[in-house]
Amino acid sequence: MADSGVTDGAEKKEDITRVKNEGKELSKEEKQRLRKEKKSQKKNKEKKDEQDALASEREKNCAPSTLSQPAAHKEPAASPPVQAAVSEPPAPAAGAPPADKPAKSKAELKAERRARQEAERASKPGKKGDPGPQSTAGKPKAPPSELQPVVKRLPEHVQVDNPEVLKKLAKKLERQQTPGRGAALKIPLRSDYGYKVSLFSHLHQYSRKAPLTQQLSIPSTVIHPVIVRLGLQYSQGIVAGSNARSVALLHAFKQVIRDYVTPPNEELSRDMVNKLKPYISFLNQCRPLSASMGNAIKYIKKEISNIPSQCKEEEAKTKLQDCIDRYIREKIVLAASAISKYAIEKISDGDVILVYGCSSLVNHILCEASEKHRKFRVIVVDSRPRLEGREALRRLVKHGISCTYVLISALSYVLPEVSKVFLGAHALLANGYVMSRVGTSQIALVAKAFNVPVLVCCETYKFCERVQTDSFVSNELDDPDDLMVTRKGKTQLEGWQQVSQLGLLNLVYDVTPPDFVDLVITDLGMIPCTSVPVVLRVKNVDQ
Amino acid sequence: MELQAVLMAAGGGSRMMDLTYNTPKPMLPVGNKPLMWYPLNLLERVGFEEVIVITTKEVQKMMSTDPKMKLEVKMKLDVVCIPEDTDMGTADALRHIQQKIKTDILVMSCDLITDAALHEVVDLFRAHNATLAMMMSKAHEFTETVPGQKGKKKTAEQRDFVGVDESGKRLLFMANEADLEEGLSIRKSIMRKHPRMHIKTGLVDAHLYCLKKSVVDFLAENKSISSIRGELVPYLVRKQFSKAANSQTTKDEADEQSQKQKDGNVNLDLHILSRDEPLLQLAQAYSCWNDHRGDMSDAYHGGTLRCYVHIMEQGLCYRVNTLAAYIEANRLIGSDSIIGAGGQIAEKTSIKRSTIGNSVTVKEKVKVTNSIVMHGVTIEEGCNIQGSVICSNAVVGRGADLKYCLVGNGQRIEPEAERTNEVIVGSDQLMEI
Repeated sequence: MADSGVTDGAEKKEDITRVKNEGKELSKEEKQRLRKEKKSQKKNKEKKDEQDALASEREKNCAPSTLSQPAAHKEPAASPPVQAAVSEPPAPAAGAPPADKPAKSKAELKAERRARQEAERASKPGKKGDPGPQSTAGKPKAPPSELQPVVKRLPEHVQVDNPEVLKKLAKKLERQQTPGRGAALKIPLRSDYGYKVSLFSHLHQYSRKAPLTQQLSIPSTVIHPVIVRLGLQYSQGIVAGSNARSVALLHAFKQVIRDYVTPPNEELSRDMVNKLKPYISFLNQCRPLSASMGNAIKYIKKEISNIPSQCKEEEAKTKLQDCIDRYIREKIVLAASAISKYAIEKISDGDVILVYGCSSLVNHILCEASEKHRKFRVIVVDSRPRLEGREALRRLVKHGISCTYVLISALSYVLPEVSKVFLGAHALLANGYVMSRVGTSQIALVAKAFNVPVLVCCETYKFCERVQTDSFVSNELDDPDDLMVTRKGKTQLEGWQQVSQLGLLNLVYDVTPPDFVDLVITDLGMIPCTSVPVVLRVKNVDQ
Repeated sequence: MELQAVLMAAGGGSRMMDLTYNTPKPMLPVGNKPLMWYPLNLLERVGFEEVIVITTKEVQKMMSTDPKMKLEVKMKLDVVCIPEDTDMGTADALRHIQQKIKTDILVMSCDLITDAALHEVVDLFRAHNATLAMMMSKAHEFTETVPGQKGKKKTAEQRDFVGVDESGKRLLFMANEADLEEGLSIRKSIMRKHPRMHIKTGLVDAHLYCLKKSVVDFLAENKSISSIRGELVPYLVRKQFSKAANSQTTKDEADEQSQKQKDGNVNLDLHILSRDEPLLQLAQAYSCWNDHRGDMSDAYHGGTLRCYVHIMEQGLCYRVNTLAAYIEANRLIGSDSIIGAGGQIAEKTSIKRSTIGNSVTVKEKVKVTNSIVMHGVTIEEGCNIQGSVICSNAVVGRGADLKYCLVGNGQRIEPEAERTNEVIVGSDQLMEI
């Protein structure tokens, strides 16, 4: 079969080279064939020896016709080219063709060079990525993930539809045992729920009615009870919001550090980090970690590993707890007051301010502004299914600010009377995009259309080195059952799982491009959206 | 350690004296296993490794000789004996073991047979940082005829009124009919905070409570409370909405109050108020979650004492504290028939939907239907036993015909006797009232 292929290929090659020589454009099929042959040629190159090359060179030079050279040059190796026929050298490298081939056109030379390059690249130790698209400069968020390979891969938490990745994750969770215990005490793997919309099938989708604690033993000995409580609060939404989650996480870590006892023959700085790893996996399973939590964890791990080995345990523990307190005080509490100081300059009397959802920082700013006797009113925009705006409305009204409440569908109706828009952020990405609650990008878009300035308020500890240009690649899928609503005793979507063509999608985050954001107010000052990478760089240099 | 399990196995079984005058209630056989085995099995299945068992010396002796308990219960049982003659309530028992209690506790009663998912109750306890979390279940009608009852028995047991909020989880109100003489009155403060309340009556308390450690410390100081179900739980539920628990008093103010009032109740507030640390409060302030909507107050209305209940809609949940419940439980556990080891069953016998204990001798041509036969019984030939309970070591003479009877411990039924719907016990038992 290989022989016939060779002969066929030879004929076709003649056609192609003839066409090329005539200067006509190659047809699509011919181009495809060319590409295929180049690929196979590269494969052939890997398999053969130097000696073969030399031998074939000699053979080639003895070849009678000029045309057979290109044939050998681009052989379609359908089967693994171990056969003698194929070993006829596709040796473009060695094929510095003798001068008696004036027909070798520029295209052929280019093809030779390209094939050479590909061969060299393939012989490098770099692993080729998997079926998915290769991410651009995307460092995975969660700290305990893989090392940086030569070719960047998709982080594992966005490859839920790849069964191999799921298996690896299950094994990784199994391996994260509490040290010193014989039995396999693994972090259980939470299973996905319901039909996932195909565009987001690479993400996890959990049900709130199936908590992770179902699979754990009740007096939780594997995982510290504070962490179990925290995981439950995350998955049930009792602790929601970037700042709240970070503070609760740090509080839980303080308890863990307080109850920690260094096992004999172990160093605190190394062992404690290992202890924290299964807790972090558990929390990740309960609800995917946010960018702020990731940064907080990085900070703690750094602090733990920086503890000198001669430090006594009690001293080390108090030092760590102080570090945590200082982090919260500086990065969250003081940052909030700095941001509100800058933001209040931007609020003038008679303003109509639009806010979306419930951002603790924006609420804080508005409450401070009203205490400083600025006269303004607020329009709170809300969206289903979370309806967080109600909580923001309650807090603002409690402070005596006059508020209006609309749903996001009424946005273009209220925007003409708005003077500025204040938005909170879940994270600020390294290319200037703002990741926030789903709906924020819509607000920013419509505000831009109405020429209303959009100000994003975000502490620097939420700055993240990821890069994302769309909301599909990395997001969070909430429980789809939240979309069901019961009115007058009837729940319309009750049997949604039985309808085969119906899928419910409950997204949590979306990204807003920097073109729609006019100003970012951080504790370092008021910066344009495009200066975020500068801040990140400065932060890294500091650390 | 997160939770310590405490099993209350010192109860007397006052509502089924006919069965328990010889065998203590925790050791009554249900499906040929002692009643105590079921809650212990449940605890073992969910992952507990140690249980504190509060019981009497008699039960402890029986436990150590019972083969089922020794082989099948792998957990470490820390048996605490309380003296039998003192009338100790469940709360008194908790006070007795206060020294052993280091963390929050899960209190169970020995007569609970259930297949509930315990994690639902414990998750409520953990997620909301609750002081009390309990479990209730829809009551089942007992359909079997109970020996010794004349006619259809009207449930003389008094109803419990349980008030829950809209989500069905938060416990707002709990009272027994006996305490409500003039009618059900609900405080205005509760109505203001939870305008929609569902009041349910057909619920059975599973007697499974998760309590914070501060409650045990509070019990140690308040010696007036003696029963968990009867006094402590209603007290905690009422205390959720009392003024002292809600006002955001600082610790100093609370100290002053305790000096002024000399009220032992304030100690509970002290225990609870000092719990909520500043970071937790900060996290809650940042979080955009509220457990209710419609009014201007913060999550949980700023209250620190919270009681939660998990109401089981489906599944098995029985408290074996009456004769009817005992028979029902046996029916369920033994789906068709269970026959214990070491017995001798002769030919031509028919045993249908019954539970036969260990070392039981059944002679020929005996028909046993729908009955419970405990250990060591001898049934002579030709007997016909239907819907009855035969306690241990009884002897049923030949040709006897028993319908819906209860034969007490060690009794002898004379041959050719015909009894219907009778309780046959010894004369010494009749003396005890």
